[in-house]
Amino acid sequence: MIDFFFLVPIAIGLGLAGLASFMWTLKNDQYDDLEGAAERILFGNNDQPGLRDWD
Amino acid sequence: MSCCAPGAELYLYQARAAQDEIALASRRVHDGLRQTDLSVPDIRCGACLQQIEASLTKLDGVASARANLSARRVTVLWRGDAPPPLISTLQAIGYQAHLHDIAAAKKDPMMSQLLRALAIAGFASSNIMLLSVSVWAGAEPATRDLFHWISALIALPTLVYSGRVFFLSAWRSLRHGRTNMDVPISIGVLLTFGMSVYETIHHGPYAYFDAAVSLLFVLLIGRTLDHVMRERARQAIGGLARLSPRGALVLQRDGTRTYLPVDEIEPGMTILLAAGERIPVDARVVKGASEIDHSLVTGESAPRSARAGTELQAGVLNLTEPLTIVATSTAKQSFLAEMMRMMEAAEGGRSAYRQVADRAARLYAPLVHSLAFLTFAGWMIASGDAHFAITTAIAVLIVTCPCALGLAVPMVHVVAARRLFEKGIMVKDGSAMERLADVDTVIFDKTGTLTSAQPRLSVKGNADADTLALAAAMAMHSRHPYSQALAALGHDARPITFDAVSEHPGNGIEARLGNDVYRLGRPDWATAGRFLSDADCDATITLTINGNGLVRFDLDDQLRAGAAEAVIELWRLGAFVEILSGDRDARVQRVARQLGLTWVADALPADKVRHVKAFRQAGNKVLMVGDGLNDAPALRAADVSIAPASASDIGRNAADLVFLRESLEAIPQAIAIARAAGALVRQNFALAVIYNVVAIPLAVVGAVNPLLAAIAMSLSSITVVVNAIRLGGQTSTRSPRQRPLEMKHQSLLGALR
Repeated sequence: MIDFFFLVPIAIGLGLAGLASFMWTLKNDQYDDLEGAAERILFGNNDQPGLRDWD
Repeated sequence: MSCCAPGAELYLYQARAAQDEIALASRRVHDGLRQTDLSVPDIRCGACLQQIEASLTKLDGVASARANLSARRVTVLWRGDAPPPLISTLQAIGYQAHLHDIAAAKKDPMMSQLLRALAIAGFASSNIMLLSVSVWAGAEPATRDLFHWISALIALPTLVYSGRVFFLSAWRSLRHGRTNMDVPISIGVLLTFGMSVYETIHHGPYAYFDAAVSLLFVLLIGRTLDHVMRERARQAIGGLARLSPRGALVLQRDGTRTYLPVDEIEPGMTILLAAGERIPVDARVVKGASEIDHSLVTGESAPRSARAGTELQAGVLNLTEPLTIVATSTAKQSFLAEMMRMMEAAEGGRSAYRQVADRAARLYAPLVHSLAFLTFAGWMIASGDAHFAITTAIAVLIVTCPCALGLAVPMVHVVAARRLFEKGIMVKDGSAMERLADVDTVIFDKTGTLTSAQPRLSVKGNADADTLALAAAMAMHSRHPYSQALAALGHDARPITFDAVSEHPGNGIEARLGNDVYRLGRPDWATAGRFLSDADCDATITLTINGNGLVRFDLDDQLRAGAAEAVIELWRLGAFVEILSGDRDARVQRVARQLGLTWVADALPADKVRHVKAFRQAGNKVLMVGDGLNDAPALRAADVSIAPASASDIGRNAADLVFLRESLEAIPQAIAIARAAGALVRQNFALAVIYNVVAIPLAVVGAVNPLLAAIAMSLSSITVVVNAIRLGGQTSTRSPRQRPLEMKHQSLLGALR
């Protein structure tokens, strides 16, 4: 059992990576316009990230 | 009127003023850039996004433009002193745009905080669950202890960050000597965590970290959904075009004209008011004559004429001619502000109301806490083992922690709000839905609510097509609302060219063709006072040839679409329906007769409040439907209130619900959905109680282990959620415009849209 201990930090690390990427998408306003994002993918020339809210 | 030059000049200024308004409403960001938000309701597809962004970016001074399809908004960053012609550019490519309040569009910090808390709780609960599974599977004591320590390390920061939402709310409530659902939640979570830490330190076999954290996770889902619903309604309502002006064109002493924000206007300032603008503060007319629409302020549907000396209340709409007015009060003292004060005084319907969840918490918390205490005391007496007694008492608290109860109400409200949203109805909060379900009396305002704001003219007696065409041709020369209604009558007739046309403000239009003089306007003026039959007197507008009456027109209030159906449907739902209007008795009576309702006319704002309060004191649950400034205090005084999207800003803010579509059928639909939601909430409570009745005895005798508690808890939550989603398919037979399957595919992120 103790041989597989290295799996524990890996599992937690993966979880943290997922959490961090979610936080990043949230901060990047990627949930502001879900319908728009679905449409924009059909138009090739527009891949800039969403307008930031400057505060 | 000699010529139209002054009007044209003011029109130019009006165009300027809109630009000034953009500048006033914009927000400075960084590097000299300014941000303007526009609400563009017609964005419907990906191609629209492209087209809008491309044409706006091409303008001089525009740094970037970004369209948002979900919110139907465009955010533009621009630099320079004067804003680029954003609205006219959008109009040129076929999109109507309104200024959007940046304050309303601002990102909500609470929402991001909830989402972050939710994400962290999700991460923590899944990882602790993984560790717990191996502990339950029978890990050796050394491994088990290590896993418990890792779990504790993950759980502690999660509790601090994600649990804050509940702890703070519980603390606030306790400090005021009250209790809400967050109190048992907080006590349950904290005790669970504390006991688990104790067990871990003493190498105990069971730790409940997974229970504590997954409880937080599930409850946060409910909390977030609840917030999403309110936020969306707030955004949608905030995004409607503003009706009160942001500023006005002020004529300074030295003859210069400046566009000042409303707050800076002082009594004695001279204001140039173009046709189509609202009066910013209470004022007196000094020059010009025009027709004034009072419908939002007093509820009168017929426009009144104003000339030099007429006092005007803030919020009325100048219809036909430019006016020069002198402010008689500041914005803070004007009619709008007075209505605000009355609204605060009228507050009552909602502050007295306690939400179902809070009422349940008031019963629930003492019950559960005394039960846990009795369990502890019982085991102490029976076995004398303090550790076992405490563990069992905490197990009771975990099992009864109102997980399902915490989800029972918000889940149903979110699904119901989504269904209402599909029907074009916005709900501001969940308690409004509960209050709406209890309604047994519906009071309608007339002008702008039961009737559409545009008056309709109907022909009295017989008139041939040529006469109507003549009237229509004359009416085309004026912007008066009556004229516009008349002009619509003869749209397919051949055009008639007159030799001369002149407009006499307050009276009507005079046209010459050959030797004949035609007059269209007030009966006494059109007949030149020399030949006035009773029928002429009664009419609103008369068309005469050389003083002889040709045809008479009468002003009719046009019922809003679906008004009759809505009233019948409301009766079917068992409600008493009445009209309460500030308009003249005769007009109200006509509408009331058409719909078969009782009515109260000539009601001042204070009368309306008194009337609503009288109904409530008699024990009725009153729904007030109104749109005007004069309705706002009554909207507040009622148990629950609905306003159309066309209502005044104050009316919309005062109301609990706002319906965006034209049809009044939204009102019975909203009540039906609210009642269905109420039934589901009660079912959900019943489910949660049944689950508790089964689980509590097991916990009291000490037979609940962490696995059982976790499974039971998730099962009860899932039952409650699934039951709530059933609302998505209910009431589906009533309207063809619905998508019953949609809710079932809704993920959490979908709900964020």
